[in-house]
Amino acid sequence: MGVRDVSIEELLDTTKIEWINSTGPESDIVITSRVRLARNLKDVPFPHLLSRTQAEEVIDSVYRAFLTNPVLSKDARLYLMKDLSDTEKNLLVEMHFISPDLARDDRGAVIISGDRRISIMINEEDHLRIQCIFSGLDPQGAYELASRVDDVLEEQLDFAFDERLGYLTACPTNVGTGIRVSVMMHLPVLTMLKQVDRMFSTMAQLGLVVRGLYGEGTESWGNLYQISNQITLGKSEEDIIQNLLSVAGQIISSERQARRNLKGEDRLRLEDRISRSYGILTNSKLLSTQEAMGYISDVRLGVDMGIIKNLKPEEINNLFITAGPSYIQEVFKKTMTPLERDLNRANLLRQKLLR
Amino acid sequence: MMCDECKKRPATVHITKIINGEKTLLHLCEQCAREKSIFDVSFNLEGEPFSMQKFLAGFFEPFMREFPEKSQPLSCDRCGLTFPRFSQIGRFGCSHCYEAFKGQLDPMLRRLHGKTYHVGKVPKRRGGKIRIKSEIERLKRELQEAVNAEEYERAAVLRDKIRELEQKLGRS
Ligand SMILES: [Zn+2]
Ligand SMILES: [Zn+2]
Repeated sequence: MGVRDVSIEELLDTTKIEWINSTGPESDIVITSRVRLARNLKDVPFPHLLSRTQAEEVIDSVYRAFLTNPVLSKDARLYLMKDLSDTEKNLLVEMHFISPDLARDDRGAVIISGDRRISIMINEEDHLRIQCIFSGLDPQGAYELASRVDDVLEEQLDFAFDERLGYLTACPTNVGTGIRVSVMMHLPVLTMLKQVDRMFSTMAQLGLVVRGLYGEGTESWGNLYQISNQITLGKSEEDIIQNLLSVAGQIISSERQARRNLKGEDRLRLEDRISRSYGILTNSKLLSTQEAMGYISDVRLGVDMGIIKNLKPEEINNLFITAGPSYIQEVFKKTMTPLERDLNRANLLRQKLLR
Repeated sequence: MMCDECKKRPATVHITKIINGEKTLLHLCEQCAREKSIFDVSFNLEGEPFSMQKFLAGFFEPFMREFPEKSQPLSCDRCGLTFPRFSQIGRFGCSHCYEAFKGQLDPMLRRLHGKTYHVGKVPKRRGGKIRIKSEIERLKRELQEAVNAEEYERAAVLRDKIRELEQKLGRS
């Protein structure tokens, strides 16, 4: 096997993560756009039926295929799941480089590009999941890059493709284009006004699904929501992206409208909440992830509405990552009790805000 | 008994977790159990909250009833996966399963996607015919739009392009 990278230390450096530090379109409301393409190798059983040796062969061939393009693979790293600790794997999940399913099986691997925009999961449910993350509302940009990676890999690898059914995937829910497009949106005011549930209840009819920041069950965390397509067959990549864009556009304007409509007492109460949250973040001794996410969301809203003036939106993106449950453990390189985690988290967030 | 994790709320969920090959019994409150199952990959709370597989299995079950139970179960001759097994796990065993279970596929795809055929990207190397065919389809749609909008000049250009591609397809 080629060069493998055991330490994920360098991934903690969030200044290298493109989506955190750049500001894409509509980034006052849309944090990231992600595109994931599912691909499989022809004549190789799907990952759940692979032996260890076969799984390693798949990893090896994908990695070598990616290295044929020196531009895209510049400073890329390969991480094998079997070499990583649970905390390291949790951190990769938290930072959206891999899925929990990849982390649970030690036959898998992930390639992460130097600018952290591309991550290629190997031996997840499918042999390949090519994923690209861009800042703001830019699913087209993310798709173009993912599709370029796909082209590079396809020159070296034989993908399972059927003229009628398109790209063949382990689960028929992904067959066809194999594409999953998602946008992560920050909707504090619509959440406060209890309008999100009503809005999201119509999503299924539009072929879309809504999840929380870390997947199901975390819907209200930091007022962050992921919206993605469900249908992959019978619609082109462009149509799927356009559909998501038009829905996202409507949600963005509702959130902006709701922010503008806050006047008088409501506005004052919100400004008070935002200022208090800033106060708590810069003064507390103990903070859990979920609690911190709520305050960070308020501060982010304060920055976007011009109430808090000394911070940039990129700095808040950074805080969302810092507040994650495993980030703290990885930074301090040790196993901690929940109390120690909350203590260190509060310290780190305070330092970052007051710097 | 108090929760092992937060030591604040009463423990209502009891789970065995395997740490370094050793079984450990954990007593957690509901909130901590949910958080752990979301964030900790070594922690697999039965059916919660990553129940996608279970959900899918339930989804595929109705398609099972469409077959006679007496005969040998339908299976893929490449990977050996049987159709009953597929409907349990919600995943195929290899790309040839799509061919092997062809008869069962269409109603399932229609329920999932509303469609039974692919539109969109085609691998470049497969290129050739499929790519030209889908390009013709796209141009035809554009032509219809041009005609509807009474943009006849654009329509004429499109018609020429379509003819050219159709000839190319006939030749190869
Ligand atoms: Zn607890
Ligand atoms: Zn098969």
